[in-house]
Amino acid sequence: MAGLAAKFGSGAMTNSVAEIAENDALLVIGSNTTENHPIIGLRMKEAVAKGARLIVADPRRIPLVKFATLWLRQKPGTDAVLLNAIMHVILEEGLEDRDFITRRTEAFEEFEASLAPFTAEFGAEATGVPAEDIRKAARIFGSAVNAGIYYAMGITQHSMGTNNVHAVGNLAMLTGNVGKRAAGVNPLRGQNNVQGACDMGCLPNVYPGYQSVAIPGMQQKFEAAWGGTLSGKPGLPATEMTGAMLAGSLKGMYVFGENPALSDPNTSHSLKAFKNLEFLVVQDIFLTETAELADVVLPGSSFAEKNGTFTSSERRIQRVRQAIASPGEARNDLAIIDQIYRSFAAGSVAEYRLPDAAAVFEEAASLWPEIAGVNYQRLDKDSICWPCPAPDHPGTPFLFKAMFSREGGRALFTAVPQVLSDELPDEQYPFVLTTGRELFHYHTGTMTRRSAGLNAVAPEAFVEINPVDADGLGVHSGESLRVTSRRGMIDLKARVSGIVPPQVVFIPFHYREAAANLLTNDAMDPVCRIMEAKVCAVRIEKNMS
Amino acid sequence: MIHLTIDDKSIEVPAGTTVLEAARQLDIDIPTLCYDSRLKPYGACRLCIVEIAGFPKPVTSCTTPAADNMVVRTNSALLHRLRKTTIELLLSDHPNDCMVCVRSGDCTLQELAYLYDVRENRFSGGMRDHNRPDANPFIQRDQNKCVMCGLCVRVCEEVQGVGAIGYSNRGFEAKVCPPFEKDLNCEFCGQCVSVCPTGALSGKMWAGQPRQEGVKLTDSTCTYCGCGCNITLHSHGDRLIRVSSKKTSHNRGWLCVKGRFGYDFVNRGDRLTTPLIRREKGGALEPASWDEAVQFVVTRMAGIKEKHGPDALAGLASARCTNEENYLFQKFFRSVIGTNNIDHCARY
Repeated sequence: MAGLAAKFGSGAMTNSVAEIAENDALLVIGSNTTENHPIIGLRMKEAVAKGARLIVADPRRIPLVKFATLWLRQKPGTDAVLLNAIMHVILEEGLEDRDFITRRTEAFEEFEASLAPFTAEFGAEATGVPAEDIRKAARIFGSAVNAGIYYAMGITQHSMGTNNVHAVGNLAMLTGNVGKRAAGVNPLRGQNNVQGACDMGCLPNVYPGYQSVAIPGMQQKFEAAWGGTLSGKPGLPATEMTGAMLAGSLKGMYVFGENPALSDPNTSHSLKAFKNLEFLVVQDIFLTETAELADVVLPGSSFAEKNGTFTSSERRIQRVRQAIASPGEARNDLAIIDQIYRSFAAGSVAEYRLPDAAAVFEEAASLWPEIAGVNYQRLDKDSICWPCPAPDHPGTPFLFKAMFSREGGRALFTAVPQVLSDELPDEQYPFVLTTGRELFHYHTGTMTRRSAGLNAVAPEAFVEINPVDADGLGVHSGESLRVTSRRGMIDLKARVSGIVPPQVVFIPFHYREAAANLLTNDAMDPVCRIMEAKVCAVRIEKNMS
Repeated sequence: MIHLTIDDKSIEVPAGTTVLEAARQLDIDIPTLCYDSRLKPYGACRLCIVEIAGFPKPVTSCTTPAADNMVVRTNSALLHRLRKTTIELLLSDHPNDCMVCVRSGDCTLQELAYLYDVRENRFSGGMRDHNRPDANPFIQRDQNKCVMCGLCVRVCEEVQGVGAIGYSNRGFEAKVCPPFEKDLNCEFCGQCVSVCPTGALSGKMWAGQPRQEGVKLTDSTCTYCGCGCNITLHSHGDRLIRVSSKKTSHNRGWLCVKGRFGYDFVNRGDRLTTPLIRREKGGALEPASWDEAVQFVVTRMAGIKEKHGPDALAGLASARCTNEENYLFQKFFRSVIGTNNIDHCARY
């Protein structure tokens, strides 16, 4: 998100999901949309059915490839080079939008110069995509009237993730495909309320509404609203908390509704970190892998047991409503946080009460102008996409129509150099491991692996391996393989499949008994502090034990 | 714009609008079984027939484009008789087990039989026997209740782009099935179940659960990915018993397998139902009262803050949980504990 924020002034899907069907070209890169965002995937299929041309760029033959006009199978970790080469061709063939570049962007000259080495041939060499396909992609994208780019963790979970995001944004700007309907730069959010958690200030450097903690004016504004003195020092991002726990500078943690012990790259490292804490509180609905390490476990409520709002990937704020009561003594999550909040402030246990979710939302809306016009009365009638600055404002399906949110109102071109993945295959670890989700499970499987049907169709972990490599190892589908990286080792069943190219294997990260993140690399992007879950080097052997 | 008259009411519609769509805009009720505004017109069920001045015989309104100066009649003794005969034919080999059918009260065929007062059947005789067990965990297929409207086949092809099912055989032997009549092996999105107008397709998880009596419907938002699909929770007491989605939602009623069928984790027996405390390092997690748990959290966190400063504490908020909870959580860390050490798992 930091990448998009630097370019445009804010980081979120620039356009709404319904507009996808109006695209006449789509580039889907680093997103297995039909499995991870199935309903957004339907809009892409609808666009194709209406005649749109779809470019899929993915090392894996994901299901969306079946609908694609063009499939670019780049090597994992070479996305930015691929995009640079596409943009080189766009400039070479004069397909750029000069008018847009002049009116709405800055730093184009330096950027243009930086693309010089990225010829289609150079791109082909680095990414493994034939030069002719790079040219085709440039022509499809460059000649479209309304072209949208869709990406997810396949772009961001790299040690050069911010660079990748810059490259994606550059492409949209170069072709004038941002700031208008049915186009844009669209990061698809993996979880129901990632957008909302960011919006609400659950980030170490910003208050709610992306208002920086380091700007004294902002600090004063929130001090006035909340009372007391606030720290002007940005906090630790989650990925750096692990190191701080191990170093002993971070001693106590409160984990609310997350399972970092299974979702963190290089899990054994993070497990060690959690064990090193003096005190750990976990608030969840199940005894997750993280909760098992806690000193206190607080039983919370599922989504069906509470009132509130979620904000979807397209910035759409929507109501969540209580249907049933929580089991046993499990309590409403908002009430738990509220009680601890007041007890901590008072120094003794405060009386339990159920706060009014609408009033909490109102407080947040009063501190962030972009949602000032949103309230529960409106949300009870219909959902609203922010920005929505006033009660009579209808909400905003697409961003930056008149100007970008940066100072000066222009979008910023950024030169993106070629950066290699932190850990490349070598003689000892000759395969590239990439990780992701499958259709039938969600994240660490805390919910879906407890769903009888979902677990019946997807009961166990597997490693996708190309038939060529499987032959070399003498392994068939269903046989056990041992996958080893510099950080860990897991055993799991082989799924021999052309979905992955030779020398690349894929493991979904849902399964605790064969946790892919024991293997992954915790090398970080220097800007976003995101970990490189999508590329690491592994060794594969037939499991004889 | 095209101007036409339907049941003496005039209306203007854009070119390409069908007679059925024009009639619906006028709130004129024409019965249908195979029509869905989200799919292409199909014309299978023949219930939407209308009379158009100048046409020699009734035509299906769902497949007839509106034309200028058309004069349409949607109800007449002839149309009523033809429609009733069609329903009789559909019911002539339909299992008469509405009493125990999972879709009772939520079945278009049942409603039509009632509206057209089909009590006896002139065409009773042979019954189809297409049922076979299907071991998939999500979708109950009761093919003897299929009316061959084709909605399931079409939604799978047109919307989902999967094409997991198709038609086989002809006439009385015609049926909908997966290739080679094997078990369903698809994405299990359940789009087919959501459009089925009879009890031919239903959720396996729905079986034996209350249908209407005592069922509460609550509109909410799906808890899985970032698509933010609108869902309706069907609950009975403290149990979630079904999830559906409205056609009018931004997701147009479409859901994925997780959203539609992945709700049973909520009522699992291994939910946490009491606070747990590890009273000493290395000890076991033991049940505790809420007061004890809250006291423990506050004392220990306050102790760390006092000894090591606020930055020795950190919070991980949740991309799973609500805006309100996340807002309050970060406010707690910032304004009460005094640290900006707050993040969530947007990065993984």
